[in-house]
Amino acid sequence: MPRPLLLFECGMTKITFIDSGDVARTVDAEIGATVMETALKNGVPEIEAECGGACACATCHVYVDEAWFEKTGGPSPMEEDMLDFGYEVKPNSRLSCQIKVSEELDGLIVRTPERQA
Amino acid sequence: MDAMTDDNAGPIKTDALIIGAGPVGLFAVFELGLLDMKAHLIDILDKIGGQCAELYPEKPIYDIPGIPTVSGKALVDALMEQIKPFGPQFHLNEMVQTVERIGDPLFRVTTDRGRVFEAKVVVIAAGGGSFQPKRPPIKGIEPYEEKSVFYSVRRMEDFRGRRLLIVGGGDSALDWTLNLAPIASHLTLLHRRSDFRAAPDSVNKMMSLAGEGKIDLVFGQVASLEGENGQLSKAIVKGADGSEFHIACDAMLPFFGLTMKLGPVADWGLELKDQLLPVDTEAFETNVPGIFAIGDINWYPGKLKLILSGFHEGALMAQKAHRYVYPDKRLVFQYTTSSTSLQKKLGVS
Repeated sequence: MPRPLLLFECGMTKITFIDSGDVARTVDAEIGATVMETALKNGVPEIEAECGGACACATCHVYVDEAWFEKTGGPSPMEEDMLDFGYEVKPNSRLSCQIKVSEELDGLIVRTPERQA
Repeated sequence: MDAMTDDNAGPIKTDALIIGAGPVGLFAVFELGLLDMKAHLIDILDKIGGQCAELYPEKPIYDIPGIPTVSGKALVDALMEQIKPFGPQFHLNEMVQTVERIGDPLFRVTTDRGRVFEAKVVVIAAGGGSFQPKRPPIKGIEPYEEKSVFYSVRRMEDFRGRRLLIVGGGDSALDWTLNLAPIASHLTLLHRRSDFRAAPDSVNKMMSLAGEGKIDLVFGQVASLEGENGQLSKAIVKGADGSEFHIACDAMLPFFGLTMKLGPVADWGLELKDQLLPVDTEAFETNVPGIFAIGDINWYPGKLKLILSGFHEGALMAQKAHRYVYPDKRLVFQYTTSSTSLQKKLGVS
């Protein structure tokens, strides 16, 4: 019997979103999609994405779990500009529309702030 | 032309008044123009192009038919070139306040700058609504708004002799810092980080004011506000290094960019569905005959918020608008490739 395919071999990974009330939701994420798109597709609360992923607002703001921050990397200069509009921006803040889901990020954990800009 | 001149001259008369100068509003000028209808456009932004200009001027768009890739700005420039033969007139930095039906159909439209229009048809191409200053994400800011927290400066004199806190790192924050520093009794500019989005020249000027001790430049984010009855006394700030401190102030001016709100459209007596305007799919007309809605702001079964859908909607809108503007003229459908009369209008024959 052939072994069952691992999740990432089907182009899928997992992302866990932890909301401001500490409720965790683990969802399937398609490789190549953005973390923001994954959140909207799965009805994850506390992500608004007003501009639709153009890096033109700050309403998909997330805190990347410290253990994952090295892998996601920090924000680009343009993203930093937009983070100026965010609520309680921290050193591990990112805009989730600017993080692409990849095999290396399988298991990624992000937290959502209490409010979006 | 200023508002006073308009008052003396009476209302501006036009065939079509287009609300919103984004790509869909611009292309509506073309479709109306081919059918001999003149248009005025009003937009709340200080520039032409709507979201293409404000949100993503440099971003490539890949789904304009026949154009594999084009930036928001380049699309707007190309549309402006395309509609040039029809001489559209723009009124920027201006928001429509009221739309009133005064004829069959004829509409009286007023703006926040006191301008009055009389239009045979009104075309709402307002996208996501009007761009308005964004409320910064600070808890409990609401009671202070318009009392001691302001999102725009109407009269600089209002701030004379007061302790001001300006928050932000973009052009608005820096421009107002430079303008208000000589008037305020004390001015603090607060920004999250040491990089500024504003024009380098403004940043340099601000830095020299800070260097001369004429303003305070502080890095951090406002965590909360303190005051009484809407009068601010201080802002509690979390410093970039994690420290917490306060900044005493009489007024705060936060500049956190723009957001889209439906705005006054909701008050014009039009049917609404989830903040959108339902229309028919034959002419994209609202429940009020003579008022059309095209582009992102309308809704009908199967609606897709794509620029190309808005172009199609504008073409069909113009057919119906023609019946209102020229009730006695028969409309003969023609192609720009073969019709000499259309080519004459385009100035290419």
